[in-house]
Amino acid sequence: MKKTTVITATNLCIGYRTHKGETHVHDHLSFALYRGELTCLLGANGAGKSTLLRTLSASQPVLSGELTLLGTPLHRYSEKERSRTIGVVLTDKTQTGGLTVYELVALGRQPHTGFFGRLHHHDHHLIENALHSVGIDHKAHSYMAELSDGEKQKAMIAKALVQECPLIILDEPTAFLDVVSRIEIMTLLHRLAAEQDKAILLSTHDIEQALVLADKLWLLSKEKGLQCGVTEDLILHHQMDTLFPHHDIRFDYHHGVYYPTVNGKQEITVEASDEVLLHWTINALNRHGYTCLPAEAKNADRTHLAALSADRLIVTQKGETHICSSFEELLSVSLV
Amino acid sequence: MKNKGTQYGIALSALILLLTGANLLFGSVDIPAEAVWHILTGGEAEKASWSFIVWESRLPQAVTALLCGMALAASGLMLQTTFNNPLADPSILGISSGASLGVALVMLAGAGTITAGTFTLSGFISVIIGAFIGSMTVMGIILFFSTLVKNSIMLLIIGIMTGYLTSSTISLLNFFSTAEGVHSYMIWGMGNFGGVSLQQLPFFGLFTVAGLLTAVLLIKPLNALLLGTRYAENLGINIRRTRNLLLIATGLLTAMTTAFCGPVSFIGLAVPHIARLLLGTSNHNSLLPVTMLTGGATALLCHFICILPGESGIIPLNAVTPLLGAPVIIYVIVNQRKIQYFN
Repeated sequence: MKKTTVITATNLCIGYRTHKGETHVHDHLSFALYRGELTCLLGANGAGKSTLLRTLSASQPVLSGELTLLGTPLHRYSEKERSRTIGVVLTDKTQTGGLTVYELVALGRQPHTGFFGRLHHHDHHLIENALHSVGIDHKAHSYMAELSDGEKQKAMIAKALVQECPLIILDEPTAFLDVVSRIEIMTLLHRLAAEQDKAILLSTHDIEQALVLADKLWLLSKEKGLQCGVTEDLILHHQMDTLFPHHDIRFDYHHGVYYPTVNGKQEITVEASDEVLLHWTINALNRHGYTCLPAEAKNADRTHLAALSADRLIVTQKGETHICSSFEELLSVSLV
Repeated sequence: MKNKGTQYGIALSALILLLTGANLLFGSVDIPAEAVWHILTGGEAEKASWSFIVWESRLPQAVTALLCGMALAASGLMLQTTFNNPLADPSILGISSGASLGVALVMLAGAGTITAGTFTLSGFISVIIGAFIGSMTVMGIILFFSTLVKNSIMLLIIGIMTGYLTSSTISLLNFFSTAEGVHSYMIWGMGNFGGVSLQQLPFFGLFTVAGLLTAVLLIKPLNALLLGTRYAENLGINIRRTRNLLLIATGLLTAMTTAFCGPVSFIGLAVPHIARLLLGTSNHNSLLPVTMLTGGATALLCHFICILPGESGIIPLNAVTPLLGAPVIIYVIVNQRKIQYFN
């Protein structure tokens, strides 16, 4: 299956131009963005995610290198053409509380409507469809002020949809949302990319969801620049290890999340009757400064913990056996 | 939504007609209603002075009040949207004081030869140009600071400070000026809709209507600006051009009203809120026309209150507008959690 590219960049240099000169945030970035895919941009604060997104949405100029949108250099687009090609969802504060959801989404038709912004039959049809595909048609005539944060974000996504752009760029669309809304928004974006054949690029700190739902990952760091690829390729080539150049965190390959590095000085061997129990037992022990070793490393000097069930935790310590009926009890006794 | 806008439009137009009628019937001289009607329809009046009063005083005043109200309310709304700040208006942001300074420079430099009531045409034009340059300068300063200061409250304070600066410059000018110049400036500063004569009315009307039309032409970008400049830019709005047009329209409207009627407070601040509360929307498609009509009606009402004392004189306009405007603003601030457009 051949994917159509929406954006291609070669040797792109991004940053700021001030009267004092240029501040380069990244040099020599090369990448491509494809239709029908959800791409998630991950990176530490200050890695330049926002700068990259602003450059791609043309609110910031390219310092050097080539950036083409659908085969034409981005800077050759007129404002009008650009507004029909790139739709954005930002974190900016708006004053739209006094508009209904329908009116807000209708603003997305501005690039297509005439001088006074009058909406025709076709526009209304598109707005209703967009409201339906993001799942807030029942709120169409509520005020924006009455919506939850997740619903507001959906309305902004619907606004971007009615712009009829092949590319939608979202700056941290899941920030400030609870876990349910975060998953909802990410699933929605993944579905929209596939169903409506759009290239959707978003920046996020929500790594768990990104690893699950992104078709492509863009990992941005000061040290290594931009690494692009399919999630699993990047993970299994250990690219996630260097995303956050910090000693106190490590990427857990089993669970796809970052954990604090364990530097427990006391060693303990652990076995458990199942995976879940093992995971949470290690979690509890790590938090309390123990380094957990597999049961094979068992010897007479080390304390051994056998977790048979959540209320039957057997500690063998210097030949003595002690049975704890909860993790609270386990953690209150000294294990060394 | 659309129906609500039209309904309010019709109701407000009727109210405006009613208030215009009231403004024509009342005044310092008692003229019977039939006589007023007779004079307006082109008939001869029983007394020549009646005809003069209706044509030269009451009618121009009513039309001026209507246009000024519309102009101030439209400027207030445009500023509130542009600066993303519900408490912005020409007087708070210091734009009226900028216009005042322009007027003061012209009047006081003219040392009493240019006076409020009886401007000569050339004197008049210089007053308007002074007001326009003054208001545009302050508007430019505020726009410049708005790129540096993102906090909207801080921007309001900068506006207030600019107002103080221009006021103190005016005081200094007064100090070095002649008594006649100061007197005519003082009278002008109290605000009054009687400053436009029948001869000046077409001129005043032309420029004000031009400013109002510009505002109407900006409805689409104003709606986009509700989302903030970055979203608006993404919707294909040329921010710089839109801001410049908003600057010119607001500057022109503020300059015209300030030059002719003095610095009128509170109409620009309160009326957009009244219109939003009435309509329940921030959508400029209906909000801008309704704001203009509400502004016209409010100004006519204020003028009517000013002329109520009849023979004993006219109440200064700026003594009346805060009585109507300040409670509205306090109500809006106290209830901001319940009012949609704040959230």
